[in-house]
Amino acid sequence: MFKRFCSSTAIAVLLIHSIPTCAADSGNAENAFNPAFSLILSGSYGNLQRDPAIPATGFAMNPNPGHEQGFNLGESEMGISANIDPQFRGAATLALDPAGGVSVENAFVQTTSLGDGLNLKFGRYFSGLGYLNEQHAHAWDFTDQPLVYAVLWENQLAEDGVQLKWLAPTEMFFEIGGEVGKGRGFPGTERAKNGSGAGVVFVHLGDDIGIEQSWRAGASLHRTRRVDAVSDAVPDLPGTVGGVSNSFSGDSQTVGLDLVWKYAPNGNIKDRYLKVQTEYFRRKENGDLTYDTAVAGANITDTYSVTQSGWYVQGVYQFMPRWRSGLRYDRLDPGVAQVGAANAGNIIADYAYNPTRTTWMLDYSASEFSRFRLQLAHDNSRQGLADNQLFVQYIMSLGAHGAHQY
Amino acid sequence: MKRLFVMFFLLLLSIPAHALNIFACEPEWAALTQQLAGGKADIYTATAALQDPHRIEARPSLIAKARRADLVVCTGAELEMAWLPVVLRESGNSKVQPGSNGYFEAASAVRMLEVPTRLDRGDGDVHAQGNPHIQTDARNFLPVAAALAQRLMQLDPANKAEYQQRLAVFEQQWRTALTRWEKQAAPLKGVAVVVQHRGFPYLSNWLGLQEVATLEPKPGLEPSAGWLSQVQDTLRQHPAKMVLRAAYQDGRPSEWIAQRAHIAAVELPYTVGGSDGARDLFGLFDDTIARLLKGVQ
Repeated sequence: MFKRFCSSTAIAVLLIHSIPTCAADSGNAENAFNPAFSLILSGSYGNLQRDPAIPATGFAMNPNPGHEQGFNLGESEMGISANIDPQFRGAATLALDPAGGVSVENAFVQTTSLGDGLNLKFGRYFSGLGYLNEQHAHAWDFTDQPLVYAVLWENQLAEDGVQLKWLAPTEMFFEIGGEVGKGRGFPGTERAKNGSGAGVVFVHLGDDIGIEQSWRAGASLHRTRRVDAVSDAVPDLPGTVGGVSNSFSGDSQTVGLDLVWKYAPNGNIKDRYLKVQTEYFRRKENGDLTYDTAVAGANITDTYSVTQSGWYVQGVYQFMPRWRSGLRYDRLDPGVAQVGAANAGNIIADYAYNPTRTTWMLDYSASEFSRFRLQLAHDNSRQGLADNQLFVQYIMSLGAHGAHQY
Repeated sequence: MKRLFVMFFLLLLSIPAHALNIFACEPEWAALTQQLAGGKADIYTATAALQDPHRIEARPSLIAKARRADLVVCTGAELEMAWLPVVLRESGNSKVQPGSNGYFEAASAVRMLEVPTRLDRGDGDVHAQGNPHIQTDARNFLPVAAALAQRLMQLDPANKAEYQQRLAVFEQQWRTALTRWEKQAAPLKGVAVVVQHRGFPYLSNWLGLQEVATLEPKPGLEPSAGWLSQVQDTLRQHPAKMVLRAAYQDGRPSEWIAQRAHIAAVELPYTVGGSDGARDLFGLFDDTIARLLKGVQ
C-alpha cells in the first residue's frame, strides 16, 4: 500500500532532461494514499458541578448540546478524500458515535477546475457562515464551541445543499459565497418539499500586515423558514413543573460578523504565535408560537418575535513550541420577546439575564498529530447555577492528514 | 481606414505584454525565477527565510495571490503539504492546479535523497518522496533551472528566445560559480558535523560533510533534554567540528550542544534572505560556504 511508483509525468521529465528521478509532479500529497484516509481519535474526561442538561437561561427553546460528564469517548472521526477525476474532488467525514452507530458529518463533492475563482460544492458540508463553523472539532482551540455557536447553531451548522464561492482577482483576499440547502440542523426544520429550506450568503476579506501579522474578517447572513419547531421543557410564567412544550413557526434571520487576527514573530508559526478571534451573531425570529402543545395542553397560538444575540472573544498563545494556552469569554443576550396578547400570561418575555462564561485552556502537542488539553471554565450561563467545569481531552490524528484552513 | 487599422495594430504591439504572474513557494525559487524571467515575470514569494516552510498557514493573502498566478513554483516532495493544497484549492484558479502546466515542482527535476523505504509516523515527519530540502546542493539548481525555463517557454512562447538566452547565461555563470565553491569548500571534505534538523543531506552529499548526529530525535520533533545528552555521548565517541542549523530554526538546541561539546554552532542562511550575505542565489552559497569554513577553523 505504501509503495510508490514513478508516474508518467516523471517519465516525461526523464525523457526531456534525462535525469533519473522518481519524484512525480504529483503535488497533491493528499492523494499519496489514494484516497486519503484519516482517523481522528479523541476522548475526554469532564467534571461538572451542575447537570449539563439544564439550558442557558433564556435559551430553553434553543439547542443545548451540553457536555459529557466523566470519562467518555468523544467524536472519533473518519475522513476519506480524493480527487474523483480532473474536475471533481470528493470528501466524506463519518462521525463514530461512542454509543455505536455512524453519522455522516460531511459528504461533499467540490469542483477543482471551474477556474476564474469559482468553487462549487455540493452534498453535506459545514456552512461557510462565521469563522469557526467550517472547522472540524479536532481543530477547535477549546474542548467545546463558544456558547453562541451552541445555542444558535447547535455547535455547528452542517447543511445539505449547494455552495458557490467566488474569489475576486484582487490583491487583497475578497471572497463572496452563497448557499441554498435543505434547512438541515438548527434553526432549520428540514424542509421536505420542493425548493430550498435555508439560504446563506457570506463575504470574507483578508490580508497580511507585513510579514508577521495576518487577518480575516467576515460577515454572513442566514435565513430559514421554521415550521413546527417544537421545544420541550420550556419554563413558563404560570411556573408549570418541568416546563411545557411549545411550537414555533416563522421566519428566522441571523446576521454574523467575525474577525480573526494572527501574529507570529517573523511569521514563523512553528515557534510562537498569537491568535485572537471574535464573532458576533444576532438572530431575529418572527412568527407564531403555540403554547403548551401537550395532548391535554392549553394549545394557545399567537404571534411571537424575539431577537437573540451572542458573542465571544478568545486568544490562543503558543508560548513555546508544542505548548499553547488560551482564554475565552462568552456572552449571550436572550432578548425581550414580543408576545401576542393571548400568550402574554404564559410565555416569559424577558429573562433579564445575560449568560456568560469564562474559559481557560492549556494544551500540549507532542507532534503535529497528537494533542492533550486541560480546560477549566467558570460557567454562568444559567442564572443562579454557577458551574465550575474541568475537562481533560486528547485528540490524535492518524493516517493522511490534510492541510488545515486558516 | 486602413491607416487607422495599422495604427491600432501598432498601438496593440506597443502595449507591454502582460508579465507572467508567478507564485513562488520559497525564496530560492523566487530568486531562480527572477534569474530566468527577468522583467517578464511578476514574482510573489509565499514564505520568508525565517519561516519554517513545513509550517505555514493557508492565509487569505496566499489564496488571493494564487488566484492571480499563471505559474506556481514550489519545492514539492510534500514540503508544502500542510498549506499548499488548501491554498490552491481555495484559489479557484484552474491554471495552477497540480498536474497542470501552471504547477511546477522543483523536486521533480532532481535526484531525491533519503527516500524512505517505509512510511510510518512513528519515524516522525518523513516525506514519502524523499528529503525535500534540495536547495542546499548548488548543483541541483542546474536541472531545476532547465526544467523551469522549459515551463516558462511553454507558458509564454512569445518570449521564448529571451528565456533561452537567460537560461544560457545563468547556466554559464552558475557553472563558473560551482567550480569556485567546490574549490573553496575543499577543506570541508570529510568534516564531521551535527545537524539540528535533517535538512542538510544534499549539502553534505555535495561538499562531503559527514553527519554524525541529529539534534531532533525524529524529523519535526523538538529536541528534548534527554535526547540532547544522548547526542552529547555520541559526540564523545565521534567528535564533530560544528553543529548546523537553518536560519529559521530555534538556535537554543544548537547553542546548548555547541557549548557542551566545545564545537562551533553554525547558522546557515538556507535560502535567499536567510542572512545579510544571502541576497541572491550566488550570495546564498558564497555565504553558506564562508560560514562553514569559519566553523571548521
